[in-house]
Amino acid sequence: MNGDAPDGDDGGDASADGFHFDQARWSDGDRHEPLSSEKRTTEAEYDDSPLPDDLTRDELELPKLEEPDLVRHYTRLSEMNYGIDSGPYPLGSCTMKYNPAFTEDVAADPNGLVHPDRPVAGVQGTLSVLYSLQDYLARIGGMDAVTLQPPAGAAGEFTGVLVADAYHEHNGGDRSEIIVPESAHGTNFASAALAGFDVVSLPGGEDGRVDLEALEEALSEDTALLMLTNPNTLGLFERDIEQIADMVHDAGGLLYYDGANLNALLGRGRPGDMGFDVMHYNVHKTFATPHGGGGPGAGPVGVVDELAEFLPDPQVVEAPDASPLKYEFETPERSIGKVHGKYGNWLVLAKAYAYIARLGNDGLNDASAKAVLNANYLASQVEYDVPYGPFHHEFVASAGDQDAADVAKRMLDYGVHPPTTKWPEIVSEALMTEPTEIEGKRTLDQLARAFNAVASEDDETLAAAPERTTAARIDQTEAARDLRLSWRALDD
Amino acid sequence: MNGRETTGTPYAPHGDAETREMLDAVGVDTEEDLFDIPESVRFDGDLGIDARTEREIRAEMADELAKNRDLTELLGRGHYDYYVPSAVEHLADRSEFLTSYTQYQPEVTQGFLQALFEYQSLLVELTGLGIANCSMYDAATALGEAATLAERLRVTSGSRVLVPEHLESGRRAVLANYVAGTDLVVESYAMDDGNADVDALTDRVDDETVMVYAETPTVRGCIEEHLDALGDLADDNDALFVLGSDPVSLALLEEPASVGADVVVGSASALGLPQSYGMDLGLFACREDFVRQVPGRLVGASTDADGTRTYTLTLQTREQHIRRERATSNICTNQAWVALRAAMHATGLGADGLADLAKRDVADARDLAARVDDVKGVQAPHHDRHHLREFVAHTDQPAPAIGDDLVDEGYAVHVLDEHHVQLCTVGTTEAERDDFVAALTEVAR
Ligand SMILES: Cc1ncc(COP(=O)(O)O)c(C=O)c1O
Repeated sequence: MNGDAPDGDDGGDASADGFHFDQARWSDGDRHEPLSSEKRTTEAEYDDSPLPDDLTRDELELPKLEEPDLVRHYTRLSEMNYGIDSGPYPLGSCTMKYNPAFTEDVAADPNGLVHPDRPVAGVQGTLSVLYSLQDYLARIGGMDAVTLQPPAGAAGEFTGVLVADAYHEHNGGDRSEIIVPESAHGTNFASAALAGFDVVSLPGGEDGRVDLEALEEALSEDTALLMLTNPNTLGLFERDIEQIADMVHDAGGLLYYDGANLNALLGRGRPGDMGFDVMHYNVHKTFATPHGGGGPGAGPVGVVDELAEFLPDPQVVEAPDASPLKYEFETPERSIGKVHGKYGNWLVLAKAYAYIARLGNDGLNDASAKAVLNANYLASQVEYDVPYGPFHHEFVASAGDQDAADVAKRMLDYGVHPPTTKWPEIVSEALMTEPTEIEGKRTLDQLARAFNAVASEDDETLAAAPERTTAARIDQTEAARDLRLSWRALDD
Repeated sequence: MNGRETTGTPYAPHGDAETREMLDAVGVDTEEDLFDIPESVRFDGDLGIDARTEREIRAEMADELAKNRDLTELLGRGHYDYYVPSAVEHLADRSEFLTSYTQYQPEVTQGFLQALFEYQSLLVELTGLGIANCSMYDAATALGEAATLAERLRVTSGSRVLVPEHLESGRRAVLANYVAGTDLVVESYAMDDGNADVDALTDRVDDETVMVYAETPTVRGCIEEHLDALGDLADDNDALFVLGSDPVSLALLEEPASVGADVVVGSASALGLPQSYGMDLGLFACREDFVRQVPGRLVGASTDADGTRTYTLTLQTREQHIRRERATSNICTNQAWVALRAAMHATGLGADGLADLAKRDVADARDLAARVDDVKGVQAPHHDRHHLREFVAHTDQPAPAIGDDLVDEGYAVHVLDEHHVQLCTVGTTEAERDDFVAALTEVAR
């Protein structure tokens, strides 16, 4: 146990410190809660169909649970699930913040629950919120124009890449390469490829940052874009960012900011001021909208003036004075078109607006301060080695001789969600840890105890974990080899 | 602490003494010392965003959103206002669901995984296809993903993607961007009175065609009557047959697998999600043999160390975090929570409840079309087809003016062009439709 850890009511080793976790486990024979289809099904009737037979299906049988049973079914499932509201969730790179309850109420306002094809005169309220959010995000990122259309971070990347492509094409360039650091998130590579670019993978420098020599080598007249996140996935600030921007711009390329790690910079550093030309904001991370078990999110894209004419169709703008309306839609002059069928994920955007308004300047500033403080404090209490620093909102520890995936499974037994594991690969057996600003010292100490308890356990214990979760260790190989992707496949 | 008056974020629990203790443990004086940001790129200004209280923000946003007009929407074209039961709302808002993320640790997220497995299974039943993923962003991006799938699977050297002339403009525009990085070329085929013109399509399809896309119902609400022929055409030319639909329609119309569909895409947010200004849930189902090329997340069944049946994300080797630029898609965060809601809603309705919705939608559209047809200056339905939910009407007077006048009367309709409007029945009551017909009678003459 680290000497700085508190003694007192909850001192001692993690498994016996008075904190004990057992996740709910509803069981019914060799399954947990039965599938809805194993409870009750009904069949549709087509005899009274208003359509000719040849346009109608022959049969359909689906589960049907009457409301009391429906409520129990999903309540039990929810009890067998772990969210931020259950406990700490330091999943690196995912910024699992508390999702303020009131933002749900704001998004549920029935006046906002309208059809997307209403005439603009009928959605002036919605457009007002969207316009204000565009403005907030532009301020926070130091950008000149923002689109709210991309429905997630990866969709934002794709949008940014298309914008860069359109910009180069408009300027007579034919650039085919996008440079992505080896340690970047998988979506950076995949988004570049989706847009038809060749991906040039940039090896990292010894200090965990961009290696300027390697960058020089990678840059060429084919370079369309360099995609960076800053702080990078090790939590390190790219100190040479201005020089990097100059190098990329001198080569005729553009600089993209992956906003996944913006939480470290809120109110203290703006991508636009660092030379980035285009960025996405990861709203479900930085602006505390719920992750919903995998989504929805939102990935608005900000650009500098020069790129604004390429943004997706449409933008929300202020209507001219002569108009009876306050806001209207406008198609940017050389728009790339659309990346979402309509205007993106409204419910998510409304929650993000409310969150930003709640925090304001000082709150945003304080959020990054506390996020960085928490990561540093937690790292100081954890016995695993953290090879790279100084880090900001997240740190990447190494599990050393232990298997990081096993460490994660064992941490579950201590009632915490484990870090992201085995990425970035530059740290062996990586434990990428991002506590965010929402945890106080008491929770961070609990997390540290979980880390440290696992650090001292043997491989056998780790391999047998988890024990206190709904499910014991799940066989991934079986799942992939003997594919059963629907209840139909279970009967075979 | 950071040289500025700070009220701080309300969502960090640190008291001053606690902050001090933590700073001491780290060995720095202030939080500012932890930031390794060169002076030249530090931001010292004011973002110009005033903090407000919860009460103020709720009042402000309620005031703003109240500026949305109180309109009765006869709007559809991919977004439908089915009533979502309160039970679904409350269950989906359970925070163990809402505040979790992707199930990277399946042992502690069995609940969500099972719900997603049920969602996938429901779509398998509705489409007759072997697999469904647990979500794309929306119908438009699902269509785009289907095209990139067609490219990966193609057995010919061709590059042609054929889509119907009547295709929602957002879907067409997104598709164009998803194929921008490929050599695929999107071309429209003609419609014949609201359905695919099979003769015209037969002339267009060749061995250079990698994908044929059709919708039922079409964006104009017409039930496609030639699905078998379209499926055969695609099949004869080794092209992928991609069908656009939605879970309500699928509960009544021909099963996609039975007409030779290889992939089904579309919007699944008709279930579980109220109108949310275009927020959606992209449906994606396909044949089982495409499993290694499918985009997006898949939940599979497995067994845990205790021998209990469990669920886990599977075949992640297709995905971006492992396969990077060779992944089957760039999607990571998706619409899982909306899929959860759709599964809940469908499970509450059952097959009979879903089919009843679709039958009612056919009957309501037929009834409203007949009544609108009685209005002087309006002919409906414009296409002599069976309709589901919605239909196009021809107006003798300019449709844009009629649309504007209807807004003044409190109704929103789709104005398609100079002489056509489109009307959808979902979400309106019989009384509202009565009043609408009366209003239309006033403005259409
Ligand atoms: C560094 C980084 N970039 C990009 C993304 C992609 O964002 P999204 O999941 O919203 O598509 C993520 C998120 O998981 C990330 O951590």
